[in-house]
Amino acid sequence: MTIMIDTGNYIAAKAAVLARPQVVAAYPITPQTTLVEGIANYKGTGEFKGEYICVESEHSAMTACIGASEAGSRTFTGTSSHGLLLMHEMLHWAALARLPIVMCNINRVVGPGWNIWADENDSIAQRDTGWIQFYCSSNQEIFDTVIQSFKIAENKSIGLPVMINYNAFILSHTSMPVSVPDQAEIDGFLPPYEPQWKLDVDNPVTHGNIIGAQYYEKIRRAQYEAQENAKSLIPKITKQWKDMFGTYHGDLLELYHCEDAEHILICMGAIGAESKVAIDNLRENGISIGLARLRCFRPFPQEVILKLSKQADLIVIDRNISVGSSGAVYQEVKGALYGKSDAKVTGFIAGLGGKDVVFTDIENMCKKAIKKPEPNQTWYGFKED
Amino acid sequence: MKKYQVVTGISDPAEGAMGKRGIWRVYKPTIDYEKCVKCLRCWTFCPEGAIKRNKDGSVEINYDYCKGCGVCANECKIKAIIMEREGKKK
Repeated sequence: MTIMIDTGNYIAAKAAVLARPQVVAAYPITPQTTLVEGIANYKGTGEFKGEYICVESEHSAMTACIGASEAGSRTFTGTSSHGLLLMHEMLHWAALARLPIVMCNINRVVGPGWNIWADENDSIAQRDTGWIQFYCSSNQEIFDTVIQSFKIAENKSIGLPVMINYNAFILSHTSMPVSVPDQAEIDGFLPPYEPQWKLDVDNPVTHGNIIGAQYYEKIRRAQYEAQENAKSLIPKITKQWKDMFGTYHGDLLELYHCEDAEHILICMGAIGAESKVAIDNLRENGISIGLARLRCFRPFPQEVILKLSKQADLIVIDRNISVGSSGAVYQEVKGALYGKSDAKVTGFIAGLGGKDVVFTDIENMCKKAIKKPEPNQTWYGFKED
Repeated sequence: MKKYQVVTGISDPAEGAMGKRGIWRVYKPTIDYEKCVKCLRCWTFCPEGAIKRNKDGSVEINYDYCKGCGVCANECKIKAIIMEREGKKK
């Protein structure tokens, strides 16, 4: 075990290489660039022993990962914003083909209104692709989640690709100390990938063939069940990691001072880390509040959130907006509660376009929601010109 | 037999693994064997592999899988393949 002080992207590159992928295919895009540059550098030093494929687009990056994964390889890639959007078609393909590809997505604004800062609309737009989605709030969590994700994706009860999201620059380009286990320790946690089937010239199969509704429905149902299985597998994997390496960031959610809280804040990503400061300050002022930081947006932990709503009113902060409706987390939380809980859910849209959301902003939102809980969502700090 | 735990669309290679798609056919190709010179252009160009080449060099169409696209008739230099609407009264 060593301590490495580096940016989120270089930490993710280190984690990816320690997971021993056989193929990495990627196309650079700000702010993901240093992630794939980091892996390319490990290729140069010989630390990364797999194939590094420089492709001509993100669509090709995902397609190359799909081909390599179908051939039985452990695969990794990374992207951001418009790159992720260009992959969209193949994200569905990877999940329906049940390929355990692991990818980092650095959450960045979608243009036009060209902007490279933090905003979660890129990955929220991939909500229905069938990928498991994690959102991280520190570099240690990025490191741990990348390696855990291979183990989750490759588990026989899952067989789904995993997307690890973290905010542009706030995490991707900020250095933090991270404890990094040795290769032998990682190998003890993550054994080599054993595919259940693969493309093999000696045992040819057709994949992606035409099928009728009776079979297609079975594929969707199995995919749905795999996501449900992840709800019970993820806590087991995080516990195993904690037992082996000592670091832990929660299961599907990270619960912070929730035991006795009468109000619980739900948010994700870097805002989740900043929220801990806000929660500490609010509790010092005698406010009974806790934080439930979403680590996993897919599968969505409806059951845990419903349970929390039995003891507390909820406050939701979304760094995304589903235009025509509301923030994605706000929709999900309300959906989990409807008809089952009377808790009030006060929502805020904040931090779009990379606008800073600091602990004082979070305290203001919480105070506003506690003073007057309202069952709707408002735009925090929005100023008309 | 359950070979895999994972559920996705995979099929073993076999004739008709995708079903008998000949039922999609609207226009049916018929070979006029009196004209046919066994040049094998139809056999070469058939996108479905639905034209069989016999040992004597003659060809025949497998109507279980022929979708009636008409590529064979288009490629035939001596117009020995006629396309006719299915179900047409003779």
